[in-house]
Amino acid sequence: MKKLSARRRHPLAAVVVLLLALAATGGLYAAFAPAGKAQADETAQSLAIDEGKKLYAVGCASCHGTGGQGTSDGPSLVGVGAAAVDFQVATGRMPAATSQGAQVPRKKNIYTQAQIDQLAAYIASLGAGPSVPTEEQYGPEGADIAKGGELFRNNCAQCHNFTGKGGALTKGKYAPTLEGVNPKHIYEAMQTGPQNMPSFPDTTLSEQNKKDIIAYLNAVNSDETETPGGMELGGIGPVAEGLFGWIFGLGTLIAIAVWVAARTAKAKKS
Amino acid sequence: MSSQDIPEENLPAAQDTGHGALGVADEKHPFADPGLPPHEPRIQDIDERAAKRSERTVALLFTVSMLATIGFIASFVAIPHDKSIYVFTLGHINAMNFALGLTLGVALFCIGAGAVHWGRTLMSDHELVQERHPIEAPADVRAQVFEDFRQGAKESQLGRRKLIRNTMFGAMAMVPLSGVVLLRDLGPLPEDKLRHTLWRKGKLIVNMNTNEPLRPSDVAVGSLTFAKPEGLEEHDHGFQNEIAKAALMLVRIQPEDIKDKRELEWSHEGIVAYSKICTHVGCPISLYEQQTHHVLCPCHQSTFDLSDGARVIFGPAGHPLPQLRIGVNDEGYLEALGDFEEPVGPAFWERG
Repeated sequence: MKKLSARRRHPLAAVVVLLLALAATGGLYAAFAPAGKAQADETAQSLAIDEGKKLYAVGCASCHGTGGQGTSDGPSLVGVGAAAVDFQVATGRMPAATSQGAQVPRKKNIYTQAQIDQLAAYIASLGAGPSVPTEEQYGPEGADIAKGGELFRNNCAQCHNFTGKGGALTKGKYAPTLEGVNPKHIYEAMQTGPQNMPSFPDTTLSEQNKKDIIAYLNAVNSDETETPGGMELGGIGPVAEGLFGWIFGLGTLIAIAVWVAARTAKAKKS
Repeated sequence: MSSQDIPEENLPAAQDTGHGALGVADEKHPFADPGLPPHEPRIQDIDERAAKRSERTVALLFTVSMLATIGFIASFVAIPHDKSIYVFTLGHINAMNFALGLTLGVALFCIGAGAVHWGRTLMSDHELVQERHPIEAPADVRAQVFEDFRQGAKESQLGRRKLIRNTMFGAMAMVPLSGVVLLRDLGPLPEDKLRHTLWRKGKLIVNMNTNEPLRPSDVAVGSLTFAKPEGLEEHDHGFQNEIAKAALMLVRIQPEDIKDKRELEWSHEGIVAYSKICTHVGCPISLYEQQTHHVLCPCHQSTFDLSDGARVIFGPAGHPLPQLRIGVNDEGYLEALGDFEEPVGPAFWERG
């Protein structure tokens, strides 16, 4: 076999060299450039995870274990996903004051959104789970309110009442009111099933379905919602209305009757 | 307390007004009837100007009522039916509802208030006594009625012509039977409809939300899914009748958490399918708590344990929720392996 250099004056030599050079450049670019970008992302991500881990060690580890594996006081957080963290922490449910009691109530959130994102990044790094939804997913654009009402009545109304006012469950547990709850958190709750609420994953309740449900809730249960009859009395249905009518309506009439009869019309007051 | 402390009009001796029937105490009536207190006049009885004032007040109330009625008609005509206004404490209320309710309320209230004021201040307020009488008719009237009845019976020959009497009784006893027979027309008998649903072996389990057949991987642990049998569409005739029996809820429980042996056998990888209809009075029951696996009925608080064969753990329900036996077909979709073994929904007479 001749030496390669012996063919350097071959008419096709220039073409071969050019091709090799192009391939090498392209290959090198492919090997380094995206890797560099990914590395930058990864650094930001690992920074968030590190910060989240510190926050976790302070606020969560006593119940959920040092590595999120769970203890007798709190469930494992492996695989619950960023959406669950964002819901639980941003609605103030976590960190819970105690693991006793029927259910952890909603309360004032003590973390900033940036801290919550760091916590979520850390928990998400423990195991794959649903990520935090974007505005596009829960926003009102392209939502069908009527379909949302149908879905809400079929899937949610049994516990949360027809217009999301909430209701009682067993042994002191309850389905909380959905009034004034951030649409993002409603979406996350459907996705992750916090506490005793069953989850409604995208496989059984699609993204579009969730968007429709949120739009319906916004239509029937917001500050701007019109109540044509006025005085909705909590919106919990005819029982409250009947009770109000009997006690306050009839009560007022009885009080007026007593007042009228108690005042004498005689000239000489006895 | 001596008799000097009692105001004069309350003393029992004032019998000279003539109202009381029994003024004197005797053996049979040991306490004397005090009778009515003496009549007291009102300002309006004494002062004509006060009476005029009362008259004007009553007339004013009636006039306000008339104005309110005119206001009612005007608001009905003038206010657009979809206009909404904000009223403090009432919220965003429909303007027309509010105006109609307010004006009609004022109109009715003013009629009532006017009538009461009129009655109290101007109409005569002299107390009248109406004596009570025995309800029984006097003896001669009673004797006359019995005599008339006897004579009528005699003239009609009812007692003598037994054939007429007996056939008449027969005819009158038979007539109500027509009404009883008509009750049969209230509807067809249920036959065995209560014992069967649309579920059959091989029917796919279709998600109510997406109208797509479900795969085992779609149903996550802790999730809740409502399903219907394949081929039953919402716009079908009789959809409501069929879904009322066939409505299904699917949950997924870790197989090691399932306590009931039959439930585990009838499940697929921990996915269990139960009837959504409460066995007490048939309410849709789906208040599912995913951590305890309890299902609560909102109507009467019957609670079922879905990890233990839907056993009743609280409340008035008499039977566990019927379970549907499920499996997976060749294409990987969830399917029913038959109908429910027992009738779904509330118990009935012949259920056994």
